[in-house]
Amino acid sequence: MQLELPDRDYMFPGHVACPGCGAAVAMRFLLKALGEKTVMVIPACCWSIIAGAYPQSTLKIPVLHTAFETGGAVASGVRAALDMRGDTQTTVVAWAGDGGTFDIGFQALSGAVERNEDFIYVCYDNEAYMNTGIQRSSSTPYGAWTTTTPGRDWKKMRKKNIVEALVAHRIPYAATASIAYPEDLFRKVAKAKAIKGARFLHIFASCPTGWRIPSEISVKIARMAVQTNIFPLYEVEDGLRYTINFFPKGYLVKEYFRLQGRFKHLSEQDLDQIQTMVEEDWKLLRHKAGMS
Amino acid sequence: MKRVLEGSHSVAEAVRLAKVEVISAYPITPQTHIVERLSDFCADGSLSARYLRVESEHSALAALIGASSAGARSFTATSSQGLALMHELLHWASGARLPIVLAEVNRALAPGWNIWADQTDSLSQRDTGWIQLYCETGQEVLDTTLQAFRLAEHVSLPAMVVLDAFFLSHTYEPVDVPGQREVDRFLPAFNPRFRLNTETPCAFNQLAPPDVYMEMRRSIQDAMEEALAGFSQMEEEFSGIFGRRYGAVEPVECEDAEIILVTSGTITSTSRQLVKELRSRGERVGILKIKLFRPFPAEIIRQCLKKARKVAIIDRNCSFGAGGIFAQEVKAALCDLAERPVVFSFIAGLGGRDVTVADLENIYTQVRNQEVPQRESIWAGLHPVPAPELNR
Ligand SMILES: Cc1ncc(C[n+]2csc(CCOP(=O)(O)OP(=O)(O)O)c2C)c(N)n1
Ligand code: SF4
Ligand SMILES: [Mg+2]
Repeated sequence: MQLELPDRDYMFPGHVACPGCGAAVAMRFLLKALGEKTVMVIPACCWSIIAGAYPQSTLKIPVLHTAFETGGAVASGVRAALDMRGDTQTTVVAWAGDGGTFDIGFQALSGAVERNEDFIYVCYDNEAYMNTGIQRSSSTPYGAWTTTTPGRDWKKMRKKNIVEALVAHRIPYAATASIAYPEDLFRKVAKAKAIKGARFLHIFASCPTGWRIPSEISVKIARMAVQTNIFPLYEVEDGLRYTINFFPKGYLVKEYFRLQGRFKHLSEQDLDQIQTMVEEDWKLLRHKAGMS
Repeated sequence: MKRVLEGSHSVAEAVRLAKVEVISAYPITPQTHIVERLSDFCADGSLSARYLRVESEHSALAALIGASSAGARSFTATSSQGLALMHELLHWASGARLPIVLAEVNRALAPGWNIWADQTDSLSQRDTGWIQLYCETGQEVLDTTLQAFRLAEHVSLPAMVVLDAFFLSHTYEPVDVPGQREVDRFLPAFNPRFRLNTETPCAFNQLAPPDVYMEMRRSIQDAMEEALAGFSQMEEEFSGIFGRRYGAVEPVECEDAEIILVTSGTITSTSRQLVKELRSRGERVGILKIKLFRPFPAEIIRQCLKKARKVAIIDRNCSFGAGGIFAQEVKAALCDLAERPVVFSFIAGLGGRDVTVADLENIYTQVRNQEVPQRESIWAGLHPVPAPELNR
């Protein structure tokens, strides 16, 4: 299948992500849409490693590595300095994992969005702290095994809905995207780039290592997350106008769960309960989009 | 132009004159007057800076790490709990070699809540790679803030200008506020060697394995040494333009002194009063005021103290389990001397307790009357605590 995307890449081959890493795919697509006038702020996450050790760099744009919880604040400062120099053309991006976004970096992110700082915050979501060895985050889904939710202590809390939390800030633009839908992702990044103020992209990025899946089904799993309504594709403008970008045919969540080692302990009953939860969330989203 | 200014406002005036480009701050007593005055300057146009009203001190410093990396002259102010919250990023700022300037108002750490003068907050950050400059007067606060930018940008390290809560931050004094032209001469625009730039894309602060990390750390130590070596040259230029200088340390009547009080911050002013009185009674006493604490001017301190018989170090701080922090550093500096003075370490004035001329005289008398200290550090001015309370 031929993708309708520019050929130019801003990432060098030979980076050190695991085979099939969704986070690496997500960055590649993101930069295709943003181009070279981009400054990237990366708090601690798998990408602190993927981006390369001194003196090499995986990316063809300037990168500022920073402390785990500081993405929102550091990007605010970079923007302020560029503005002071009259450079309003360069796009500033904070690129963080789910831990750096949903958990430890949430305060700085919330502050930056409340101030409506002019940058794009991208969360690539692999649903756990992968850099430190697969520990649970508030983005880890209900039912998942991680190294801190082992055995029968598998996670029994829902995944935090980060997009809704940011929508509550009346953020000018928030959208979900997936590595399995690159054209949709590309369009959203391009759209975000053209908007002024705070923008948030939540990119679903499968992690073969942490999810206990073969690397070759990484993209397939990401696609199934969308097709089962576990990770709906939608966008919200000004915290008000919802648009759902993809209407699945209603695959059952258990198809998605069965392929992943991190869910293998779940019973039929657990899976039924998760199916109900997913349907609830989907109904709520449709309601917000004015569809029910 | 001479004006009567609050200590906090002296900081703000210097920041305005330094043409800072990005300010990011969070309120905490007794530092708030600094950032409020800076807000006024930005609002009325006398300073054209971007001012980020962030949601925590942690983010205040994080934002400046971003701003400074992108090449902007950057400033923040904080105190006590706020500085403690910044701790992780204090290391980050020096490791990233960013010449951020921070005004730190020395305030006690909780619990119990105490907003008054105490140096333990800044001194617990002594190993973070920041230049630390302690001030005594409103004029010194203004001048030191300008010097801090110059020094920081010269060696690519962040710098902390430290002033005592209330005794300095909220005290009005006549201060000579220099003109913009003179300040521009002393402090040209910030032009870093490296900055985030899409023309020449680089990665900053990336993964540094064992085979490179140590050299990076060594370069920070080298930069500190350069800051120490360059301090008097910087002051030379400063005094050439403004007619004032302070020295990394200031010896007062030390030449023939048998006993020297070692002080920092506003306790120095009170000590000056005492020394004047004691000298008039024929006592051979002097003061060594320490202004530059990081880098630590060990050699100058050795030279100033080596001829004294006894040295009394007064610390408005405590490293629990060890003692006064200035005392530890001064003792370490003196131990290389074959013949050295006897060192007495006093802890006084914690949590804003007044240290009066009478208190200092008490300390002096103790030192004069004893050949060696009775304890590692002596707590001056302690109220008697009822024994049962202690034992419970
Ligand atoms: C203050 C602080 N606490 C903990 C860490 C250790 N740490 C580094 S990356 C990381 C997990 C990152 O998780 P996430 O943001 O989801 O990114 P991922 O590694 O999954 O890509 C943790 C816990 C740190 N660097 N700083
Ligand atoms: S652990 Fe997961 S997110 Fe991290 S590099 Fe490997 S596949 Fe990518
Ligand atoms: Mg993660």
